[in-house]
Amino acid sequence: MSAVREPPERWRDIELEVNGERCALRVPEREHLADALRHRLGLTGTHLGCEHGVCGACTVRVDGDAVRSCLMLAVQAEGCRVETIEGASARDAVVQALQAAFVERNALQCGYCTPGFVLAAAELLGECAAPSREAIRVALSGNLCRCTGYQAIVDAVEQAARRLSNSEPPR
Amino acid sequence: MKPAPFRYERAHDLQHALELLAEHGDDALPLAGGQSLLPMLNLRLVRPAVVVDLNRIEGLGDIRTAASGGLAIGARVRHRLLATDPAVRAHAPLLAQAAPWIAHPAIRHRGTFGGSLALADPAAEWPACVLALEGTLVLASRARGERRVAAADFFRGLYDCDREPDELLVGCEVPARAADSRSAFAEVARRHGDYAAVGLAIVARGMPGRGAHVRVALLGAGDTPCVARAAATVLAEGGDIEAAARALVAEIEPRGDLWYSAQAKRHLAAHLLRDTWRTVRDA
Ligand SMILES: Cc1cc2nc3c(=O)[nH]c(=O)nc-3n(C[C@H](O)[C@H](O)[C@H](O)COP(=O)(O)OP(=O)(O)OC[C@H]3O[C@@H](n4cnc5c(N)ncnc54)[C@H](O)[C@@H]3O)c2cc1C
Ligand code: FES
Ligand code: FES
Repeated sequence: MSAVREPPERWRDIELEVNGERCALRVPEREHLADALRHRLGLTGTHLGCEHGVCGACTVRVDGDAVRSCLMLAVQAEGCRVETIEGASARDAVVQALQAAFVERNALQCGYCTPGFVLAAAELLGECAAPSREAIRVALSGNLCRCTGYQAIVDAVEQAARRLSNSEPPR
Repeated sequence: MKPAPFRYERAHDLQHALELLAEHGDDALPLAGGQSLLPMLNLRLVRPAVVVDLNRIEGLGDIRTAASGGLAIGARVRHRLLATDPAVRAHAPLLAQAAPWIAHPAIRHRGTFGGSLALADPAAEWPACVLALEGTLVLASRARGERRVAAADFFRGLYDCDREPDELLVGCEVPARAADSRSAFAEVARRHGDYAAVGLAIVARGMPGRGAHVRVALLGAGDTPCVARAAATVLAEGGDIEAAARALVAEIEPRGDLWYSAQAKRHLAAHLLRDTWRTVRDA
């Protein structure tokens, strides 16, 4: 039995845009955005690794910026434009190029970290078309991978960058 | 883990936020970027009854010219904007130099200047920077109106600053930059984006030995961000950098952690001083 007196659960109706579609949701005020996306919208490409901001598996775009969806309440996304890996991979050529390069370079094993890495890398390539390996490592420093050892991930981002700038034809 | 239940209140303006804090006092916590508060909520390290969201308050995210001629930086200015804003580069370049060291891009998109200052983590970059720049924090409450506190008096202890529960930090002003002012920032962290083991901010103007002004502030070198007066005086008076490094090592009191002993941190701080001094001396 907990001795802590907790306020009752409060729910709120919110409207937001998710992957290009308007949607209305009813969420507990304390629910973070990652849980709302996963459990209320079935968008399970957003993963939860740590729920305190250190792993990057929950990365999504809010109004165009890559953010940690475990560090934002769903109610805070009211009126915002949210994009998850599902939406980005359907519509964003940079994300598609990264996904292809991740497959070709074996940049994933279990794949748990991959949606976060792809969205973080896509943001980097949006700001810099030909980043150095060092710049890629710095940009991805907030994403953890327990399987690959990172070399192949950096290779994949480099390869996607080359292909997007047309200096290397797709295989 | 998930947060325990709380009541979420979205403040629609500053007055509304101050009303909510006045009403709920200790039971309420302001929510800015959430990049420290959400982890604490998720881990249930804090259990506020009310969370007051500052994110939709207009004006709190602006950077303006202050009446004094310096920069007035709103509490909700995000780390990312401080890295890129032209006015910051021109008038407080130290902040643009330090911003990329804070966490990772996704965290810099949301984390805020005011949230970091209010958290008063001794290993964070912004508290040390506002000490080096001799900034002034601006707080507001419903009961007592606006109050200004010099950065040197604001950080009182580990995660402890001069802010009452009913007060909001509304911003921070940094004085106008002298034309010949130079600055540099450097830190040592185990991995890019991790909290630093030690970091150092330096601001200098004038010719050493001829009335120069040098200010050195450190993060990760004690229970609060701290100013290294003795080392700065040696440098301002035209003394040798090794004499300044010795003064620095003697005047700071870092705590050892899992990876770095207090002695290692002193050694690293001296190294950062040599490095950053070279940058500002040759600039
Ligand atoms: C993985 C990770 C790595 C990080 N690395 C670093 C790092 O290297 N360096 C660094 O400096 N930070 C780091 N951070 C923390 C980050 O910079 C936070 O953004 C910052 O510490 C808090 O700012 P915030 O706006 O997110 O505040 P919040 O998390 O919203 O709030 C923090 C605290 O301040 C209070 N508060 C917020 N705004 C105000 C206000 N205006 N007035 C009064 N009280 C207020 C809140 O109630 C809360 O107690 C890291 C975070 C994560 C998750
Ligand atoms: S689950 Fe969000 S950063 Fe790890
Ligand atoms: S592929 Fe398994 S965690 Fe990265």
